[in-house]
Amino acid sequence: MLSRTADHLYWLARCTERAENMARLLDASYQMSMVPQPLAVQNETWRAILALNSQEEAFAQAYDAVNAENVLRFTVVDAANPSSIYSCLRAARENAHAVRGTLTAEVWETVNATWIELRQQDVDQILARGVSEFFDWVKLRSALTRGVTFGTMLRDDAVHFVRLGGLLERGDNTARILDMQYHILRSGDEGASDFYRWGALLRSLSAFQVYRKVYRDAITPARVAELLILRKDLPRSLHSCADGIARMLPLIANSASAETQRKAGLLHAKLHFARIDDVLAGGLHEFLTDFMDCIYEIGAGINHDFLLPA
Amino acid sequence: MNADFYNEMYDADGNLRAHYEGFADWLAATSPERLASKRAEADTAFHRLGITFAVYGEKSGTERLIPFDIIPRIIPATEWTALQAGLWQRVKALNAFLHDIYHDQEILAAGHIPAEQVLNNAQFRREMIGVDLPAGIYAHIAGVDIVRAGAGESYVLEDNLRVPSGVSYMLEDRKMMMRLFPELFSRHMIAPVQHYPDMLLENLRTVAPRGVSDPTVVVLTPGAYNSAYFEHSFLAQQMGVELVEGRDLFVKEQAVFMRTTQGPQRVDVIYRRIDDDFLDPLAFNKESMLGVPGLLGAYQAGNVNLANAIGAGVADDKSIYPYVPEMIRFYLGEEPTLHNVPTWMLRKPDDLKYVLAHLPELVVKEVHGAGGYGMLVGPASTKAEIEDFRARILAAPEKYIAQPTLALSNCPTFVESGVAPRHLDLRPFVLSGKSVGMVPGGLTRVALREGSLVVNSSQGGGTKDTWVLEN
Repeated sequence: MLSRTADHLYWLARCTERAENMARLLDASYQMSMVPQPLAVQNETWRAILALNSQEEAFAQAYDAVNAENVLRFTVVDAANPSSIYSCLRAARENAHAVRGTLTAEVWETVNATWIELRQQDVDQILARGVSEFFDWVKLRSALTRGVTFGTMLRDDAVHFVRLGGLLERGDNTARILDMQYHILRSGDEGASDFYRWGALLRSLSAFQVYRKVYRDAITPARVAELLILRKDLPRSLHSCADGIARMLPLIANSASAETQRKAGLLHAKLHFARIDDVLAGGLHEFLTDFMDCIYEIGAGINHDFLLPA
Repeated sequence: MNADFYNEMYDADGNLRAHYEGFADWLAATSPERLASKRAEADTAFHRLGITFAVYGEKSGTERLIPFDIIPRIIPATEWTALQAGLWQRVKALNAFLHDIYHDQEILAAGHIPAEQVLNNAQFRREMIGVDLPAGIYAHIAGVDIVRAGAGESYVLEDNLRVPSGVSYMLEDRKMMMRLFPELFSRHMIAPVQHYPDMLLENLRTVAPRGVSDPTVVVLTPGAYNSAYFEHSFLAQQMGVELVEGRDLFVKEQAVFMRTTQGPQRVDVIYRRIDDDFLDPLAFNKESMLGVPGLLGAYQAGNVNLANAIGAGVADDKSIYPYVPEMIRFYLGEEPTLHNVPTWMLRKPDDLKYVLAHLPELVVKEVHGAGGYGMLVGPASTKAEIEDFRARILAAPEKYIAQPTLALSNCPTFVESGVAPRHLDLRPFVLSGKSVGMVPGGLTRVALREGSLVVNSSQGGGTKDTWVLEN
């Protein structure tokens, strides 16, 4: 497969996944903002979302105050923000457009229709009608794109690169969201709102019912961390993502990719054999930062070995 | 019914032509509501599929739909057979001409074409002199524009031998018609066209460099922002070959490779949809970001073949066009069966004088223009437009040719006010390799504005499905 084609497929998946994760994160925060809490605490959450992608400065240049509406505008529909849902879906469509011949007609039509529908929506209407409906739409379109991709495409390198892009993005996002929520929860006062906060975090990762099913017990931070980090069979957990990455790489391996495969294997082992007590004792933030660094390195390796060879 | 124009569906007395009878019955029996809903369905489907083209000169990235009309253009079998024979003859002669002028230049020595018209032509590529190409073919894909005038006789308007486009619309229009009105296809014997990509691939494989038994073919596109990107992507997909951009290719030791996830892979035949000027920044336009440095060298060394050949444009140049009948006589020893449109060459003082005196009746075109840009249609222009064009001609007469305004044939077409006649042309595609072939059909373009004679999609033209009936 052409390196450039692989690159477009990989980014098609990453951008789609990123839009979905952004919708998930914002939805959780939006739900949380309805729990009674001081305005200052609420705005702290919105600030944390900006910090998540290191976007405080870019935001400050275009908006005067950190509040729900401004942050939503910035992260949902601002075309000037490369991480906004709007920009992600546009980039996904551009990447798909560049390789539309490699995609099945169904995949291309789905991605193109998402973009057309997004452009038909009115910003103020989205905000007025309640953003939750919009976030549901983003999640649904992402699920549809994923489903059509795996339901119609030949299981060849094209699908492997799509899969790889999605997994890297998802692992990174889960780690970021967990890191952010953990930070807010640890710094704030303990109280009833914690239950809602952890509940919102779990929901944003489609893990709330799973938690109930697995633990049949009260929500505790340690168990949430265990579920989202170590649980192998939860699709959005770090372990599950690392597992997938380590399984995908051998399928596309070439003469230059041994080192990237080694790193992916190592990351997989770290999660596979970890215990939650050790992770928490060593510091969750440190563990997650290390995970994100590893993901970054593997991404750089994939770039170097497959996507942008010299 | 305007008697000045040939109508594809009705004769001069308003009687239905025999080959349209089946369709007319169907049209009369189909409710306007069903037709309207089907037309809407076609629009939605084309949008969703993203079958669009980019318009130059408008806001960047503007993508537009080419309007599709559901009334087909129908060609009876006998007419097609004659047309096909004429096209093969013409394209054979054009390929022979190109081989000749890059080798022995016999036609120039024999005095049939003024040598300076060829040798000083901007499309004549000295780099190609003495280069031997597989099967001696230069124009592997030719899109010849055919129009029908007042009495129904066919003229060749242009021979497009560089990177002719539109074949994807021929195929998509057929697909759409079959999807919308399957019953029409069971009632008519309509010759299929969907095997075009297979023929194209086979044709490209036959012109691989010598010694390559299983050639790798690729389609080279300028990229996703090109007006014909949809077609590039479509053809690559239908042929099952890679769609590459210049940056995906590199030249090493005079051989062309593409960068793949499994390392470099050799490329043998490039169906390029990039103009000569942008193919190789080392040889042509230095600023080109679209091309492949060193490609010309690999090509000259015979290690890769390009379709169409570099320098093929000299044969479809509007200043060479008037000599095509002469080429047919010279190379094939035959009389041309397709007519040429009478053409005044404004570099000739007598022609210039005549044309300047008759501008309101004539069509004036830039010698190097394409896509309906930069032309004057006298009868459809205002005085001011004509005077403006006169000044441009006087500034550089050698850049223009003029032709009589042809009474292009028309065909009933759905427009806002209902069904009305609109002018059209036809672009069949001729494939040349070890042999010459084509699918029965072509792209019918229709000028949707009332009275307009300009069918180009960039100027508001639409398309129709083209049916060649089998006996």
